[in-house]
Amino acid sequence: MIANLSPGLILIVGALLVPLLPGRARQVYMLALPVLGGWQLAGLEHGAYGQTEIFGYTLTLLRVDSLSVVFGSIFLIAAFLNVIYAMHERAPMQEVAALVYAGAAISAVFAGDMITLFVFWELTAISSVFLIWASRTEAAYRAGMRYLVIQVGSGVILLAGVILHAHATGSIAFDYLGVTGLATTLILIAFGIKSAFPFLHNWLQDAYPEATVTGTVVLSAFTTKLAIYALARAFPGTEMLIYIGVIMTAFPVFFAVIENDLRRVLAFSLNNQLGFMVAGIGVGTPLALNGAISHAFVHIIYKSLLFMSMGAVLHRVGTIKASELGGLVRSMPLTTVFCIIGAASISAFPLFSGFIAKSLTLSATAEGGYVIAWLVLVFASAGVLEHSGIKIPYFAFFAHDSGIRCKEAPLNMLIAMGIAAFLCIAIGVYPDPLYAMLPYTMEFEPYTGTHVLTQLQLLFFAMLAFAVLVRTGLYPAELPSVNLNTDWIYRRALPRLYGWLLQMGSRLRAGTLARLQRRLERFISQVYRHHGPEGVMARTWTTGGTVLWVALLLGGYLIVFYL
Amino acid sequence: MSQPPAPPPERNGHWIFRRRTVDGAFWGLVLLCGLLGLVEVVYHRHSIFAFEAFPVAYGLFGFVCFAGIVFAGKALRTVIMRDEDYYDR
Repeated sequence: MIANLSPGLILIVGALLVPLLPGRARQVYMLALPVLGGWQLAGLEHGAYGQTEIFGYTLTLLRVDSLSVVFGSIFLIAAFLNVIYAMHERAPMQEVAALVYAGAAISAVFAGDMITLFVFWELTAISSVFLIWASRTEAAYRAGMRYLVIQVGSGVILLAGVILHAHATGSIAFDYLGVTGLATTLILIAFGIKSAFPFLHNWLQDAYPEATVTGTVVLSAFTTKLAIYALARAFPGTEMLIYIGVIMTAFPVFFAVIENDLRRVLAFSLNNQLGFMVAGIGVGTPLALNGAISHAFVHIIYKSLLFMSMGAVLHRVGTIKASELGGLVRSMPLTTVFCIIGAASISAFPLFSGFIAKSLTLSATAEGGYVIAWLVLVFASAGVLEHSGIKIPYFAFFAHDSGIRCKEAPLNMLIAMGIAAFLCIAIGVYPDPLYAMLPYTMEFEPYTGTHVLTQLQLLFFAMLAFAVLVRTGLYPAELPSVNLNTDWIYRRALPRLYGWLLQMGSRLRAGTLARLQRRLERFISQVYRHHGPEGVMARTWTTGGTVLWVALLLGGYLIVFYL
Repeated sequence: MSQPPAPPPERNGHWIFRRRTVDGAFWGLVLLCGLLGLVEVVYHRHSIFAFEAFPVAYGLFGFVCFAGIVFAGKALRTVIMRDEDYYDR
């Protein structure tokens, strides 16, 4: 262990050597980096390290407490799984970007002040966009640009908030803030963009599905959960977050039902899951906060697992559109099993990891007396089952036989999915080690008769609804399509408005120019009339006439003089 | 916009796609839901809100929500669905 060193920096600095190493050595080295980070983290006692004074402000590079350790640990686990999942590729740009991105997210989690947070906040944005651009398609390039503008924008808003906050309070420490004025509101908006608040969310569904097979898996783990960490640190118990959270859980489910791109379905599902966490942070009791934090922990694993399984399908089949898939269980039985485990986990079936985390938030919301919020969360739980629990595995691996025959996923992908699936079940069956990591003390038993029975009723009756709808032909078919969302505003409405303004401007300009030209021509013709060859002014006068005029002028002058 | 009734399951194909398997899974699910409802007769579940005490409240809520989400999604399609190349045009 090295004193004062953030585990994230091991990944960031270590990533720079990756392109220089040959094949096998590179893979071992990349696997070693998160392990080294974990070893570094395990050796750190709680406290603040690496403090420096700059312009009267204290920068804290490394603040270790139970909240940062939970997020730091799961980020390291995710980084490790991502390296295994991407082992079949030789893509130096992606490998470096993925490690720097993970390292930046980890460093941000351990930042004790908001300037350090800002620096790593922006580094996550800049490093992660390369995972989207690595697809090397026109669509990915454009989506990456939109993603970058929004992500960097979030950082700029954060910085503005931090500067105002520092000016008002003289402190840049990153602790509880609460919404107290403009400064903290700006900081909340910055966190809100990254955690995909309603109307600030669409970068997620726009950009993530455009990334590479491995890139989407990496992206799904860090950015949004870093924002959840930041909200849990700075805004616990902020009541408006309950309502923001429940809206986030509810609205994506409708879009997910009709989305044809299965990775985009998962992006909507990610948005819905973030809603549970945001709502838990809003409730703000120890039980609710533990719910949000444990949900983030298990969510990273099962969401990665689901993206990995869809990535494996995309890798083998070349498409991830539900309308073109089906019946892949024949070709990819192991991927199917892993995907179902991820689906069961996200749907919160008892004995799977989602159950032991989501129960905390739901119980805390009910105990807090937030009836409407609680009802929406239960409704959204049925929604999760619809799009992530059933739609993803059903349309990819079952439904009808599409006739596609391909190889099972590469071994490294299967290993990564296998580890993630194992963790989903292990945490679900035995949640105590995760509960022990959580920052707040609580008394909670997930496996009570009531919890298990109500959850099983909810899920199995919802599955029955699916079965009935499919058998009766009422379930909507998967159609090749694009569904409008808030990105329509900046992808279609604003460019159209800009185009219209340009057109109006050019018409106005042309009209004005034409009018000016007409006036100029009239002026020139007037001048020509008077000064042209035929004009009055151009006439030649006789010498006698001129002398007469001069005499007249002089005579006139004399008269005026003597008057 | 609805898909045609579930494609006829294969008779002799892979066992997962055979009619017997598909029908068995469906009726198994119906049976399981029935059992989950009946458990309430012998097991009293705790509730915080009054409406939770309604028989099989969670099951009914799950069924209705699921169907509601699907139908709302279908309705949403009429408003927001466009051709795949919508943004490329």
